[in-house]
Amino acid sequence: MIKVASVNLPVDEELTIKKERIVPINSTGKEKRISIVTGTHGDELEGQYVCYELNRRIKKNIECLKGIVDIYPALNPLGIDSITRGIPAFDLDMNRIFPGSENGIMADYLAHKIVEDIKGSALCVDIHASNIFLMEIPQIRINEITKEELVPLAKMMNVDFVWVHCAATVLESTLAYSLNDVGTPTLVVEMGVGMRITKNYGDQLVDGILNTMKEMGMWTGEVNSVREPIISYDEDFEVNFINASSAGVFIPATKHWVNLNKGDHVGDIVDPLTGEVLDEIHSPCSGILFTLREYPVCDEGSLIARILERDEKI
Amino acid sequence: MKKTVLYEMKNLYRDNMRVTGYEFGCGEKSVCVVGSTRGNEIQQLYTCGLLVKTLKRIEKAGLINENKSIIVIPSINSSSMNIEKRFWPTDNTDINRMFPGYNLGETTQRIAGGVFEKINDYEYGIQFASFFMPGKFLPHVRMMMTENTDIEDAKKFGLQYIVKRTPRPFDTTTLNYNWQMWGTKAFSIYTHETENLDESSAMTGVYAVLNFLSQSGIINYSTHRGYNSSIIDADELYDLQTPVAGIFHPLCSVGDSVSKGQLLSKIIDPYEGKVLAEIKAPEYGNVFFMNNKQLVYANQILFKLTDDYTIIRKAENSEQQ
Ligand SMILES: [Zn+2]
Repeated sequence: MIKVASVNLPVDEELTIKKERIVPINSTGKEKRISIVTGTHGDELEGQYVCYELNRRIKKNIECLKGIVDIYPALNPLGIDSITRGIPAFDLDMNRIFPGSENGIMADYLAHKIVEDIKGSALCVDIHASNIFLMEIPQIRINEITKEELVPLAKMMNVDFVWVHCAATVLESTLAYSLNDVGTPTLVVEMGVGMRITKNYGDQLVDGILNTMKEMGMWTGEVNSVREPIISYDEDFEVNFINASSAGVFIPATKHWVNLNKGDHVGDIVDPLTGEVLDEIHSPCSGILFTLREYPVCDEGSLIARILERDEKI
Repeated sequence: MKKTVLYEMKNLYRDNMRVTGYEFGCGEKSVCVVGSTRGNEIQQLYTCGLLVKTLKRIEKAGLINENKSIIVIPSINSSSMNIEKRFWPTDNTDINRMFPGYNLGETTQRIAGGVFEKINDYEYGIQFASFFMPGKFLPHVRMMMTENTDIEDAKKFGLQYIVKRTPRPFDTTTLNYNWQMWGTKAFSIYTHETENLDESSAMTGVYAVLNFLSQSGIINYSTHRGYNSSIIDADELYDLQTPVAGIFHPLCSVGDSVSKGQLLSKIIDPYEGKVLAEIKAPEYGNVFFMNNKQLVYANQILFKLTDDYTIIRKAENSEQQ
């Protein structure tokens, strides 16, 4: 274990951001490095399994390792250990404070140390798990300003979907933006749902990471074949958002990651008090349902589903 | 006075959330005042309440000028206030990070959008705001410098300080910033408190708005309570941080004039009671901001000081070069 950063908390506790470094046998220290990071949001746990499983598979076949692997399972340790999405006590979204600063408040200082530590990696994979409300198919999200470099890498990662989205000013304070900005290619993975582990998604992503390492000359072991992702550019394909038209309880009528025809039943928002259906939700287009609401209670406006409009079926 | 519901959102089991506006005068949309956008902004809410009470009397006395209208919106987030949550009850999002909003989007985008479409055409916008760090401020008006800002307007509040700052990426979704983008001249007013009430600085906030209304020719009433404002750049405030975590033991108050080397606080070891660090004023100045949490973290900002000698030192430095 290596300490990336540590600070003392007020009452007899040291906050430490830890990483595990796995080096090849007979390492020269000059090998390419890949950084696997997760746990910026304390309620997103899908990356925990990925870190565990990747550690396990690499250590079991250490002779196949030709690069350096840094695994950071908890960028926000206080959040993970207290089931808090943000940084507890500061009420801050940790993914809105990068690149941080050396002399800033605790959160800024930690952000700075994290960026300094990961900087220089040949690739960084930042694993998120949506939130507790939504189930996501394994996907990589790419800011369009970095698409030339990142789309080819994303294709190796065994995800189902790559979403190249428009730039937004607020996203300039994310870890991925900061790292890409200093020349460290960083892929943001979103998959599964908050507060849970979806093991088959985790296995799928570990296959993808090993495949990518192999393509980059960092891994010589066997790898499972990877799937070709659907790649969506905001300017080419329409992503349709379905938001709740009314507060209520959402009862889905479809599975996640399926083809839908225009008009297909997605689910209902119901009122348990009266037995009424408040909103019967139908697909506004034909396409693939890649995001589906997992948490039943919704407000007016809560996201119910995202559908990638497309004629081709999966 | 006309009381109207500007925006209403249905909940599943709770009462609807209503955003209520109090309109005074009629005609040209002159000034919009917004109170709490976050559930812990009790002082901001209270200040608006006092303002509504005062404007009622001013209107009754016939002191609002012709063809001028003022709206006061005490809270746009009663749902969070009633359950003592700072951010939105379900998804923990911050309405003041959702502007200009989107009426087909997520819940807090809809609230922001629904309110914003009612208030984006006022000439001036004033928000009683709170800072992201918990603490007490000297009352001041804060403005984000965009091509739309005019410092002369900020002087009309007659507050002791005007703080200028350059917008950062995360500011682009605040009410203040979007008002400016839509052509409303926007100001944020900070008083002493957020969660707790401070009567005196709440009144300072009310008088500041009245000064502004009177100086802008909207009301015909003067409070005789104005200062000739000092203008400071947010970056020129001197941040005093604690090098260590521990218990914060302040030895001064917000507004104190402090001298160079004066002991402002001690950081105490929570288990052994010994002094871990002493925080001293590096220059002559005023305590502009003071942290009000008892437990502090390393590098946390404890004080922001105005530096009385900044301008002199800048001049000296440029002479030397
Ligand atoms: Zn996340």
